[in-house]
Amino acid sequence: MQILAAPFYGVSGDYQSIATVTVGSGGATVVTFSGIPQTYKHLQLRYIARSSTGGEYNPNFQINSDTAGNYRWHYVTGNGTTASAGDSGASPTSIVLGIVPSATSNFGVSIIDFLDYADTTKFKTTRNVGGRDTNGAGEALVISGLWRSTAAISTITLNFSGAAQYSHFALYGIKG
Amino acid sequence: MPATYEPIATTTLGTTQNQVDFNTISGSYTDLILIFNGGVTSTGDIWLRMNSDTGSNYSRTRLTGDGSTAASTRNSAASSIFISAGTVGATANAIISIQNYSNATTYKTTLARFNSSTYAVASTGLWRSTSAITSLSLRADSADTFTSGSIFTLYGIKAA
Repeated sequence: MQILAAPFYGVSGDYQSIATVTVGSGGATVVTFSGIPQTYKHLQLRYIARSSTGGEYNPNFQINSDTAGNYRWHYVTGNGTTASAGDSGASPTSIVLGIVPSATSNFGVSIIDFLDYADTTKFKTTRNVGGRDTNGAGEALVISGLWRSTAAISTITLNFSGAAQYSHFALYGIKG
Repeated sequence: MPATYEPIATTTLGTTQNQVDFNTISGSYTDLILIFNGGVTSTGDIWLRMNSDTGSNYSRTRLTGDGSTAASTRNSAASSIFISAGTVGATANAIISIQNYSNATTYKTTLARFNSSTYAVASTGLWRSTSAITSLSLRADSADTFTSGSIFTLYGIKAA
Protein backbone atom coordinates (compact mmCIF):
# COMPACT_ATOMS: atom_id res chain seq x y z
CA MET A 1 0.00 0.00 0.00
CA GLN A 2 1.29 3.44 -0.84
CA ILE A 3 0.32 6.47 1.12
CA LEU A 4 0.62 9.97 -0.23
CA ALA A 5 0.85 12.80 2.22
CA ALA A 6 -2.09 15.05 2.84
CA PRO A 7 -2.30 18.35 0.93
CA PHE A 8 0.05 21.04 2.08
CA TYR A 9 -1.05 24.02 4.06
CA GLY A 10 0.80 26.87 5.60
CA VAL A 11 0.86 28.31 9.08
CA SER A 12 2.56 31.29 10.60
CA GLY A 13 5.96 31.09 12.28
CA ASP A 14 9.38 29.92 11.19
CA TYR A 15 8.76 26.22 11.83
CA GLN A 16 5.81 25.09 9.79
CA SER A 17 3.96 21.86 9.37
CA ILE A 18 3.97 20.72 5.73
CA ALA A 19 2.24 17.36 5.81
CA THR A 20 1.50 14.41 8.07
CA VAL A 21 0.82 10.74 7.45
CA THR A 22 -0.63 8.34 9.99
CA VAL A 23 -0.65 4.70 8.91
CA GLY A 24 -4.05 3.06 9.10
CA SER A 25 -5.11 -0.45 10.01
CA GLY A 26 -3.97 -1.86 6.67
CA GLY A 27 -0.36 -0.88 7.24
CA ALA A 28 1.91 0.66 4.62
CA THR A 29 5.06 -0.16 2.68
CA VAL A 30 5.71 3.26 1.21
CA VAL A 31 5.19 6.73 2.64
CA THR A 32 5.75 9.56 0.17
CA PHE A 33 5.95 13.29 0.69
CA SER A 34 5.70 14.81 -2.77
CA GLY A 35 5.30 18.32 -4.11
CA ILE A 36 7.39 19.68 -1.26
CA PRO A 37 7.35 23.50 -1.43
CA GLN A 38 10.69 25.14 -2.17
CA THR A 39 9.99 28.08 0.12
CA TYR A 40 11.85 26.87 3.20
CA LYS A 41 15.52 26.79 4.15
CA HIS A 42 15.52 23.34 5.77
CA LEU A 43 13.23 20.35 6.18
CA GLN A 44 12.73 18.21 9.25
CA LEU A 45 11.03 14.81 9.18
CA ARG A 46 9.89 13.40 12.51
CA TYR A 47 8.43 9.95 12.80
CA ILE A 48 7.54 7.00 14.95
CA ALA A 49 7.28 3.63 13.22
CA ARG A 50 6.71 0.00 14.07
CA SER A 51 7.23 -3.11 11.96
CA SER A 52 4.17 -5.04 10.83
CA THR A 53 6.17 -7.99 9.50
CA GLY A 54 6.71 -9.78 12.79
CA GLY A 55 10.42 -8.99 12.70
CA GLU A 56 12.69 -6.00 13.03
CA TYR A 57 14.36 -4.47 10.00
CA ASN A 58 15.95 -1.28 8.67
CA PRO A 59 13.72 0.79 6.39
CA ASN A 60 15.29 3.29 4.01
CA PHE A 61 14.46 6.44 2.13
CA GLN A 62 15.06 7.89 -1.32
CA ILE A 63 14.94 11.42 -2.66
CA ASN A 64 13.13 12.61 -5.78
CA SER A 65 12.36 8.99 -6.69
CA ASP A 66 16.03 8.48 -7.53
CA THR A 67 16.63 4.71 -7.44
CA ALA A 68 20.17 4.86 -8.82
CA GLY A 69 23.34 4.41 -6.80
CA ASN A 70 23.65 8.07 -5.88
CA TYR A 71 23.57 7.74 -2.12
CA ARG A 72 26.07 7.09 0.66
CA TRP A 73 25.67 6.91 4.40
CA HIS A 74 27.71 6.50 7.57
CA TYR A 75 26.51 5.74 11.06
CA VAL A 76 27.53 5.46 14.67
CA THR A 77 25.31 3.35 16.90
CA GLY A 78 25.08 1.86 20.36
CA ASN A 79 23.11 -1.30 21.15
CA GLY A 80 23.27 -1.04 24.92
CA THR A 81 26.52 -2.96 25.13
CA THR A 82 28.75 -1.89 22.28
CA ALA A 83 29.26 1.27 20.23
CA SER A 84 30.13 0.76 16.59
CA ALA A 85 30.33 2.66 13.34
CA GLY A 86 29.95 1.76 9.71
CA ASP A 87 29.62 2.80 6.11
CA SER A 88 27.13 1.89 3.43
CA GLY A 89 29.84 1.13 0.93
CA ALA A 90 29.92 2.75 -2.48
CA SER A 91 26.78 3.81 -4.28
CA PRO A 92 23.83 2.35 -2.39
CA THR A 93 20.42 3.05 -3.87
CA SER A 94 18.94 4.57 -0.70
CA ILE A 95 19.82 5.90 2.74
CA VAL A 96 19.22 3.57 5.67
CA LEU A 97 16.93 4.37 8.59
CA GLY A 98 17.09 3.01 12.13
CA ILE A 99 15.58 -0.37 12.96
CA VAL A 100 11.83 -0.44 13.46
CA PRO A 101 10.77 -2.78 16.27
CA SER A 102 8.03 -5.35 16.03
CA ALA A 103 7.17 -5.79 19.69
CA THR A 104 3.61 -4.82 20.53
CA SER A 105 3.16 -1.10 21.16
CA ASN A 106 6.91 -0.41 20.66
CA PHE A 107 7.84 2.21 18.10
CA GLY A 108 11.18 3.39 16.80
CA VAL A 109 11.75 7.12 16.47
CA SER A 110 13.79 9.35 14.20
CA ILE A 111 14.32 13.01 13.51
CA ILE A 112 15.88 13.65 10.10
CA ASP A 113 17.13 17.05 8.97
CA PHE A 114 17.53 17.99 5.31
CA LEU A 115 19.66 21.11 5.24
CA ASP A 116 19.50 23.51 2.30
CA TYR A 117 17.21 21.05 0.54
CA ALA A 118 16.23 23.54 -2.18
CA ASP A 119 19.78 24.61 -3.04
CA THR A 120 20.68 23.60 -6.60
CA THR A 121 24.44 24.02 -6.15
CA LYS A 122 25.14 21.38 -3.48
CA PHE A 123 24.86 17.66 -2.97
CA LYS A 124 22.35 17.07 -0.16
CA THR A 125 23.47 15.87 3.25
CA THR A 126 21.01 14.55 5.81
CA ARG A 127 21.31 14.03 9.55
CA ASN A 128 19.29 11.39 11.32
CA VAL A 129 19.19 10.96 15.09
CA GLY A 130 17.04 8.01 16.07
CA GLY A 131 16.65 4.70 17.76
CA ARG A 132 14.39 2.31 19.55
CA ASP A 133 14.19 0.74 22.98
CA THR A 134 12.20 -2.36 23.90
CA ASN A 135 13.18 -2.76 27.56
CA GLY A 136 16.10 -5.10 27.16
CA ALA A 137 17.12 -4.38 23.60
CA GLY A 138 17.51 -1.31 21.47
CA GLU A 139 19.80 1.11 19.78
CA ALA A 140 20.63 4.78 19.72
CA LEU A 141 22.15 6.00 16.49
CA VAL A 142 23.26 8.89 14.37
CA ILE A 143 23.29 8.53 10.58
CA SER A 144 24.82 10.93 8.11
CA GLY A 145 23.39 10.53 4.62
CA LEU A 146 24.45 11.88 1.26
CA TRP A 147 22.47 12.21 -1.96
CA ARG A 148 24.89 13.01 -4.76
CA SER A 149 22.64 15.36 -6.66
CA THR A 150 22.36 19.12 -6.89
CA ALA A 151 18.67 18.95 -7.66
CA ALA A 152 16.28 20.57 -5.20
CA ILE A 153 14.46 18.03 -3.07
CA SER A 154 10.79 17.87 -3.97
CA THR A 155 9.94 14.29 -2.98
CA ILE A 156 10.95 12.08 -0.05
CA THR A 157 9.99 8.42 -0.17
CA LEU A 158 10.27 6.14 2.85
CA ASN A 159 10.33 2.43 2.08
CA PHE A 160 9.21 -0.22 4.54
CA SER A 161 8.88 -3.97 4.47
CA GLY A 162 5.78 -3.14 6.45
CA ALA A 163 4.90 -0.20 8.69
CA ALA A 164 2.26 -0.93 11.30
CA GLN A 165 -0.85 0.99 12.18
CA TYR A 166 -0.24 4.16 14.18
CA SER A 167 3.16 4.72 12.60
CA HIS A 168 3.26 8.48 12.19
CA PHE A 169 5.29 10.74 9.90
CA ALA A 170 5.35 14.53 10.02
CA LEU A 171 7.29 16.79 7.65
CA TYR A 172 8.12 20.35 8.66
CA GLY A 173 9.70 23.29 6.90
CA ILE A 174 12.04 25.70 8.62
CA LYS A 175 12.33 29.24 7.30
CA GLY A 176 15.78 30.69 6.79
CA MET B 1 -3.11 30.74 12.33
CA PRO B 2 -1.43 29.26 15.41
CA ALA B 3 2.32 28.81 15.59
CA THR B 4 3.56 25.29 14.90
CA TYR B 5 6.42 25.21 17.39
CA GLU B 6 5.53 27.08 20.53
CA PRO B 7 6.68 27.34 24.13
CA ILE B 8 4.38 25.77 26.70
CA ALA B 9 6.17 26.64 29.93
CA THR B 10 9.55 27.68 31.27
CA THR B 11 11.04 27.32 34.73
CA THR B 12 14.22 29.06 35.87
CA LEU B 13 15.37 27.91 39.26
CA GLY B 14 15.96 30.64 41.84
CA THR B 15 17.39 28.08 44.22
CA THR B 16 18.55 24.49 44.08
CA GLN B 17 15.80 21.98 43.50
CA ASN B 18 15.65 18.20 43.11
CA GLN B 19 12.88 18.00 40.54
CA VAL B 20 11.08 20.18 38.03
CA ASP B 21 7.57 19.26 36.93
CA PHE B 22 5.48 20.22 33.94
CA ASN B 23 1.90 19.36 34.79
CA THR B 24 -1.46 19.42 32.98
CA ILE B 25 0.23 19.30 29.59
CA SER B 26 -2.27 19.97 26.84
CA GLY B 27 -2.91 17.15 24.39
CA SER B 28 -3.24 19.58 21.51
CA TYR B 29 0.28 19.09 20.14
CA THR B 30 1.86 16.25 18.20
CA ASP B 31 5.31 16.22 19.82
CA LEU B 32 6.90 17.67 22.93
CA ILE B 33 10.42 19.03 23.24
CA LEU B 34 11.92 19.45 26.71
CA ILE B 35 15.10 21.50 26.88
CA PHE B 36 17.30 21.64 29.95
CA ASN B 37 20.24 23.97 30.33
CA GLY B 38 21.86 23.90 33.72
CA GLY B 39 23.82 21.88 36.20
CA VAL B 40 23.66 19.55 39.16
CA THR B 41 25.27 20.00 42.54
CA SER B 42 26.33 16.49 43.52
CA THR B 43 26.32 13.06 41.87
CA GLY B 44 25.17 14.39 38.54
CA ASP B 45 22.58 11.95 37.18
CA ILE B 46 19.47 13.28 35.44
CA TRP B 47 16.24 11.33 34.97
CA LEU B 48 12.90 11.77 33.21
CA ARG B 49 9.58 10.50 34.53
CA MET B 50 6.12 10.56 32.92
CA ASN B 51 2.76 11.06 34.64
CA SER B 52 4.39 10.56 38.07
CA ASP B 53 4.65 6.84 37.30
CA THR B 54 7.13 5.41 39.83
CA GLY B 55 6.82 1.83 38.56
CA SER B 56 9.57 -0.10 36.78
CA ASN B 57 8.18 0.87 33.40
CA TYR B 58 11.13 2.69 31.86
CA SER B 59 14.19 1.71 29.88
CA ARG B 60 16.90 3.40 27.89
CA THR B 61 19.64 2.68 25.35
CA ARG B 62 22.47 5.17 25.25
CA LEU B 63 25.37 6.02 22.93
CA THR B 64 28.15 8.15 24.42
CA GLY B 65 31.47 9.67 23.56
CA ASP B 66 33.77 11.09 26.21
CA GLY B 67 36.55 12.42 24.03
CA SER B 68 38.47 9.18 23.83
CA THR B 69 36.01 6.28 23.80
CA ALA B 70 32.59 5.58 22.28
CA ALA B 71 30.41 3.38 24.45
CA SER B 72 26.86 2.16 24.83
CA THR B 73 24.90 1.24 27.94
CA ARG B 74 21.37 0.22 28.83
CA ASN B 75 18.90 0.52 31.71
CA SER B 76 15.93 -1.84 31.78
CA ALA B 77 12.90 -1.97 34.06
CA ALA B 78 13.93 1.29 35.69
CA SER B 79 11.74 3.75 37.57
CA SER B 80 12.69 6.65 35.25
CA ILE B 81 14.43 7.20 31.95
CA PHE B 82 18.10 7.86 32.59
CA ILE B 83 19.08 10.89 30.50
CA SER B 84 22.73 11.17 31.46
CA ALA B 85 25.32 11.67 34.11
CA GLY B 86 25.98 15.38 34.14
CA THR B 87 29.09 17.07 35.34
CA VAL B 88 28.94 18.42 38.86
CA GLY B 89 29.12 22.16 38.92
CA ALA B 90 29.25 22.53 35.14
CA THR B 91 26.55 23.56 32.72
CA ALA B 92 25.09 20.88 30.51
CA ASN B 93 22.15 20.77 28.17
CA ALA B 94 19.63 18.20 27.11
CA ILE B 95 17.12 18.23 24.28
CA ILE B 96 14.49 15.56 24.77
CA SER B 97 11.94 14.84 22.05
CA ILE B 98 8.75 12.95 22.88
CA GLN B 99 6.84 12.17 19.71
CA ASN B 100 3.13 11.39 19.59
CA TYR B 101 2.96 11.86 23.34
CA SER B 102 -0.79 12.23 23.55
CA ASN B 103 -1.93 9.08 21.77
CA ALA B 104 -3.44 6.31 23.87
CA THR B 105 -2.35 3.38 21.70
CA THR B 106 1.46 3.24 21.71
CA TYR B 107 4.21 3.02 24.27
CA LYS B 108 6.07 6.31 24.38
CA THR B 109 9.58 6.46 22.95
CA THR B 110 11.86 9.40 23.65
CA LEU B 111 14.88 10.66 21.81
CA ALA B 112 17.44 12.65 23.77
CA ARG B 113 20.62 14.51 23.03
CA PHE B 114 22.75 15.48 26.00
CA ASN B 115 25.89 17.56 25.95
CA SER B 116 28.26 18.44 28.75
CA SER B 117 31.92 19.15 29.27
CA THR B 118 32.33 15.41 29.80
CA TYR B 119 30.00 13.66 27.37
CA ALA B 120 28.22 13.83 24.05
CA VAL B 121 25.19 11.55 24.30
CA ALA B 122 22.38 10.27 22.10
CA SER B 123 19.82 8.04 23.75
CA THR B 124 16.49 6.38 23.17
CA GLY B 125 14.10 5.92 26.06
CA LEU B 126 10.90 3.97 26.52
CA TRP B 127 7.95 4.37 28.84
CA ARG B 128 5.92 1.19 28.69
CA SER B 129 2.52 2.79 28.94
CA THR B 130 -0.10 3.64 26.36
CA SER B 131 -1.40 6.52 28.46
CA ALA B 132 -1.26 10.00 27.06
CA ILE B 133 1.50 12.01 28.70
CA THR B 134 0.07 14.79 30.81
CA SER B 135 3.04 15.50 33.05
CA LEU B 136 6.81 15.34 32.82
CA SER B 137 9.32 15.45 35.65
CA LEU B 138 13.02 16.00 35.16
CA ARG B 139 14.79 14.79 38.28
CA ALA B 140 18.25 14.77 39.74
CA ASP B 141 19.34 11.85 41.92
CA SER B 142 17.48 11.64 45.21
CA ALA B 143 20.35 13.19 47.15
CA ASP B 144 21.15 15.70 44.45
CA THR B 145 19.71 18.95 43.14
CA PHE B 146 19.76 21.06 40.01
CA THR B 147 21.76 24.22 40.45
CA SER B 148 20.18 27.61 40.88
CA GLY B 149 19.83 29.26 37.48
CA SER B 150 19.09 26.01 35.66
CA ILE B 151 16.48 26.57 32.95
CA PHE B 152 13.83 24.09 31.85
CA THR B 153 11.61 24.82 28.85
CA LEU B 154 8.84 22.70 27.36
CA TYR B 155 7.76 23.23 23.75
CA GLY B 156 4.93 21.76 21.75
CA ILE B 157 4.99 21.00 18.03
CA LYS B 158 1.83 20.70 15.98
CA ALA B 159 1.58 18.65 12.81
CA ALA B 160 -0.68 19.18 9.83
